[in-house]
Order: sequence, then structure tokens, then C-alpha cells
Amino acid sequence: MEMQFRIFRHDPQVEAKPHYRSYNVKADPRDRILDCLNRIRWEQDGTLSYRMSCGHGVCGSDGMRINGVCGLACQQLVKDYEGQEVLLEPLPFFPVVKDLVVEMEGFLKRIGEQRPHLMARGDPPEKERLQDPRDRRKVDDVIRCILCACCTGACPVMTRNGDYVGPAALVWAYRYICDSRDSRYRERLKNIDFANGVWSCENFFDCTRACPKKIPVTRCINTLKREAEKLGPR
Amino acid sequence: MVFKHDVVIVGAGLAGLRAALEVTGKGDVALISKVYPTRSHSGAAQGGIAAALGNEEPDSWEWHMYDTVKGGDYLTDQNVAEILARDAPRAVYELEHMGVPFNRMNNGKIAQRAFGGHTRNFGEAAVKRACYAADRSGRVIMDTLYFEAVRKGIRIYPEFQMLDLVFRDGQAAGLIAYETATGELHFFHCRMILLATGGYGKVFKTSSNAFASTGDGVYLPYRAGLPLEDMEFVQFHPTGIHRLGVLISEAARGEGGILRNSQGERFMERHAPTIKDLAPRDMVSRAIAMEIREGRGIGGQDYVHLDLTHLGEKKLEERLSDISSFVRIYLGVDPAREPVPIAPTCHYMMGGIPTSTEGEVLDLQGERVPGLYAAGECSCLSLHGANRLGCNSLLDLVVFGRRAGQKMAGELARLPWQEAPERPGEETARRIARLKEKGTGEKTGVLRAELQEAMTLHCSVFRTEESLQKALACIGELQERYPRVRVDHKGDRFNTDLLEALELECLLGLAEAMVHSALARRESRGAHSREDHMERDDDRFLRHTLVCRRGGRVRVDHKPVTVTRFQPRARTY
Repeated sequence: MEMQFRIFRHDPQVEAKPHYRSYNVKADPRDRILDCLNRIRWEQDGTLSYRMSCGHGVCGSDGMRINGVCGLACQQLVKDYEGQEVLLEPLPFFPVVKDLVVEMEGFLKRIGEQRPHLMARGDPPEKERLQDPRDRRKVDDVIRCILCACCTGACPVMTRNGDYVGPAALVWAYRYICDSRDSRYRERLKNIDFANGVWSCENFFDCTRACPKKIPVTRCINTLKREAEKLGPR
Repeated sequence: MVFKHDVVIVGAGLAGLRAALEVTGKGDVALISKVYPTRSHSGAAQGGIAAALGNEEPDSWEWHMYDTVKGGDYLTDQNVAEILARDAPRAVYELEHMGVPFNRMNNGKIAQRAFGGHTRNFGEAAVKRACYAADRSGRVIMDTLYFEAVRKGIRIYPEFQMLDLVFRDGQAAGLIAYETATGELHFFHCRMILLATGGYGKVFKTSSNAFASTGDGVYLPYRAGLPLEDMEFVQFHPTGIHRLGVLISEAARGEGGILRNSQGERFMERHAPTIKDLAPRDMVSRAIAMEIREGRGIGGQDYVHLDLTHLGEKKLEERLSDISSFVRIYLGVDPAREPVPIAPTCHYMMGGIPTSTEGEVLDLQGERVPGLYAAGECSCLSLHGANRLGCNSLLDLVVFGRRAGQKMAGELARLPWQEAPERPGEETARRIARLKEKGTGEKTGVLRAELQEAMTLHCSVFRTEESLQKALACIGELQERYPRVRVDHKGDRFNTDLLEALELECLLGLAEAMVHSALARRESRGAHSREDHMERDDDRFLRHTLVCRRGGRVRVDHKPVTVTRFQPRARTY
């Protein structure tokens, strides 16, 4: 089948404004959108830039906006876009490095602020710490996060409020708040219990819909809100 | 720019991260990575990490060592396998202490499951030795180590690609790196370099590897005249998603999945009567290739079925959720209801840069190259011998990444700085300029596709003298065409067109080393299956292959295998 793409192009080093360019590619219905991007770059236009690595939704490199919806180009199949022009754009409100490549530092910094490492009580035992499988299951969903930033790109609140820590950072906060081995429950909750923290979420659920790993992001954020409320007045 | 650090680690996957954590605090260490750190391919490891914890059933490090040696078809250096198996429980406990969310048993201990080639009591039956976090074990370990590195303030240079190594008086003096975001060339002046750049599965057409797995860190020492070891041994994982090559973890069979041919037959019963579907990967891949060749592929086509339908939705969701989602997304198949079409996919390179058990890179004479270290898939210890067992690679990374880090930390007090060259990167800059200047020529993608096609056709699961000669001829022809490669993208920012052209040189050089090594080994051992030499031949070939480029020619040498506890025996399962 023949696919039509319209792709956001911008090299901030040489041009003031972005533009869009159209491409036609032959594709198998089972091809990934990423396969089409590769075919465009390898066969037609080597100047196109985007990130990719694993090609199957594990590394999190190729988050972008596909027909207005944030997702991974390697997880979307051509057959689901049959008969329509596919519009590819970078993740919204992330600064563009070039074309579909965006600056990730700010995103990772906010996750880093959650101190996403285990802080357990006391010295570790000789063998493993014991953990009830029911406790371990509490983090089952969130350890699927691949830091692709699709949730954060999809969040309508982020568009209005750049100071919001964003859904991905809250997923990482949840990851350690709900880890029964961690000892900083209160401190971690306090760290997100402020206006631009957990309370900026307005339950749009766009993050949950966008997450390529099907993490119930909004539900996690709501759990955090309830837990934060239990701490008492801020 | 010039950056100066005591130690520069190239690659921020598990080996690189684990080594960095060992050096930091003792010396100034920096990590450079061609992809964003959390995009490294260690993250794609699914099934788990092996350690004889004995949580689920009795186990011992000696059984683990034996399995590793036998799995490697006795080409494994046994002193190395012993270090691995003995250190494994400590390594897993350490990861748990750092916060890795392993699945748990009801008594709270780390859960373990069966995996290919791991057995109890020296081959009696399968044993539960793989510690896991669902089917994203690599990813959660990598995230844990990455944020640990961030916490410790380790300097990370994301999307910096190594293009050249710099030596002075035979000692590593630094490296040239290209900053992808800006197109600038930088010189990293250092006393020690650890290469931890992973594999080069992109030599083949169908691979479970990432696009970034082009073996840059393996090729550069080879180009500099250093040897590579056991390059003929390429692991084809039995269960790649048909056509795409995306990995379906061996954990699927560890949890009870069964391979079936077009007649619905569980054909592994014929090939490995004792452990059946849990035979080592080389044997299962060969069995699948034979089923397909003999017309028992599904519908006469080039794939067989992996049947998971009897595992039930709950188990699939709890323990195999990522692979279930891959199958749903890429094949439109619900693994709880329909069997999954699979075929072997290039997965792992047993060969690489020869190193000591402390990660020191060794030259052709077996002497240490001062300042140069390697760990992980790019290295060859030789731990995995002729075939790696599943779950031994994550273990290799954390055990030997740590040892390399410890060794480097110890050398800090001793090893002098080498002077920086006067104009570092000049030659690299010229090479880039030449590529960009060309107005006409061939596209990288065309040559790369021809290479991948040729290697897949002539140098994959089965090989013969004739097929390998064909591969060699094709590689030679592509190397002649390589100087005519043209780059369309002339700009500085995120020029992957340029980087892929540079990576192609690595792929071609590595393919050359692989085929020469495969030609020289006139026997079948582990993953190297010569149809014109079907038997293993310990008298002539119980030895490691060393391949190097000297004066424009490729030369093949050998070195002995270390045998300690287990004498080579027939390898049946």
C-alpha cells in the first residue's frame, strides 16, 4: 500500500520557523510507522531527524505526535492509518532540537527530583530483603515506565502550566512511595504535595490513554492525592 | 572541546553503569552513550538474571557453572564460568538492595523460574534459577542502576558517539566523540577507557537488536590492529516474532510454552528428550531451522508456532505481559488464544574484544593493553563459549562490569596520563568532511541492506565453506564500494545520515572478522554449525579463535581454552 506522510521539519540552527514536508512511501500493512520513517530517511531524504533504537516499545526513544496523539512510532502499525495522511510532529511543548527530536533534559530532571532510588531503613541483610508478593504487586504497573515522555506530552495541563511536574514524574514518585521496602513514604509524598505537584492534575486521562505501556497513570496520581490528603494540612 | 576525566566509559547499558558505580568516589569517571542512557539495549533483556539462590528448589553454583560450560559447548573458559557462578548470588542480592523490583515468592524471597540450559545436578532436569521482574528484567535493572548513577553525580554525556580511539605509546590516551545534537567533535582525554558498547546484531537482517547495536566499540580496536576473539559464534534466539525479529523471551518456554510444527508436533522432544523446549538456544534454533527446511514450517512457510495458550491469561499477564503485548501489537494475535508465529532471530554475539577476568583488553600475545578495558557483550571473556545461556548475560554485565570497575579504580594511583595529541580529531574531521562533500554516490541504506542480506543468507544458523566464501566476496565488494557512500544531510544537528554512514564501516569490518573466523573453524560447535563439518572436533578446535587485521590482511590465530573442573563430553540434553 502507498502511505502519505506530512512531517514537521525544523532545524533551529538555520531557520526561524518550522515547516511541514510531505512524503509518499510504499508500505506493508504490518509495517510500523517507524519502518516508514526509516524508508523515507534511507531512500528519499537523509536530512530527516528522529530518534529510534529498539524498535519495539522498550527503549522509549521514538515518542512523537502521530495524527495529534502522542505515541511511539515503533508501536503504531501502518494498517491502522490506511487511507489517511499521517501527520508526524514532535512531542508538544518540548523544545525542538531538530525535526522530531526534542530536548529531554528538563523532563528527566523532574523525574530525578523525585529521587527515584530506593532509600531503605538500616543496612541491607546478607541476602535479599523479604517482600510480600502482594506488596510487590503494587508497583507492577508503574515499573513498566520506559521514560518515553508520551504521557507528559499528552497532558493538557502541561500546555498551560510548564511548572507542573507532570505525569511521568508522578509515576516515578508513585514507584517508590508504593515500594514497601522504601522508608521515605512521608517525605516523598510531601515532595509532590503542592500546587504544581500532584494537585495540578485535573483528571483529563490523556496521559493514561497515551501511555504505550498501558500504565494507569491518572489512577496512580489519584492514589497519590488520597495518600497526600491523609498526611493532613499542607 | 577537550574533556578530561580519569576514566571514560563508553556505553551506558548495564556493564558501563555497573563499572561506573565502582569507580565513582575513587576517581573522576564519565559515561558517554550514543543513545540516551535509558535507551541502551540492556533494557530489552526480558527473561531474567541467573543465580543459584536456591529459593524455589535446591541449586548450587557448581551446577550453574557446569551448565554454563556445557551450554558453551566446552569452549567456555572454566575459570571465568566459576567466577560468574560463584559471584551470582551476591550480584543479585546487591541489585535487590539497590531497589530492583524482583518478583517474589509467597515467603517474600526472590521468585525464580526455569530457563534454557539451566539444570539441576549436572543436567538431570530443568531448574528454577532465573530471577526476574515480569518480562522486563533488563529494563528495571538498568533504570535502577541509571538513577543510582545520577544520585552519585556521575557525569553522563548523552548522545555522544565514539568515532575513534586515541593511543600513545601503546596506552589508551583518550577518544574522539561526536556530539549528535550539535555535530561537534570532542576529545575525551583520559587515563582509562572502558568499552561497554554492546553487540552488533545489525550485521544481520533479522535481529532482536536495537538499531544502535552496530558494534562501534568492537570495531575500533580491530581497526587499530587489536585482535577479536571467537567472532564466528553468533547466537540466534529461537523465538523472534516472525518477520520482525522482535524477541519473545525464553521465559515463555520457562513458564511452560511449547514449540510446535505444522503437524502440531512438539518437535523438541525429538531433539532434546530430557529438557525439550528448554534446550539451549543454539540447539532450539537449529531444530526450528530444520523443521522449516524439511517442510514442517506452518503452512510450509518459514516459521513455527510457540504455543502459550495453555498458560492462561493470568500467568501471561503477571509474568509475560510485555511479550504478550508485543504479540498483540505486531501480529494481532492474542497469545492466550492462538499460537505465536516465531522464527530464529540474531540475538547475541559470543565473540568480541578479548579481555582478562578484570576487563583488561588483551592483544594478540595475550598482553594487557594499558588503559584499555572492555565489559559486556562487546567483550569476550570467554564466558559464554560457543553459545550463551539465557539469563547469563545480565549476570555477566553486573559481575564483570563491577570487576572491570574495581580494576580501573585500583589502577588510578598507578597509571600515568598520556599526553593529548596536538590536534585530536583532525583525521576524524577529515573523514566526516569527505563523506559530506560528496555530491553523488551510493546511499548507506543500500549497502547495509546488501550486507545484512548476505550475512543472513550465508552466515547464519547453518554455514558451509561455500556459503562463507560467498559472504566474504560480498563483504569485499561492499568494502570497495564503501568509499563512494554519500551523505545527504550536510547539516550539524542530529545528523543520523552521517552517523549511519560511519557505522556502516563498523558493520562491514565486523562481518569480515566474523566470516574469516567462521571459515577457519572447520567443525560444528555451539552456535557455529558447519554443514560440511558436522562434528565437534576437540583435537583440532578446542581453542579460541583470534582474528586481526595486519597490514591490510586479515589474520586468524588461536589461543587455548581453560579447562578446570569439567572435561569436554558429548553435549546432549
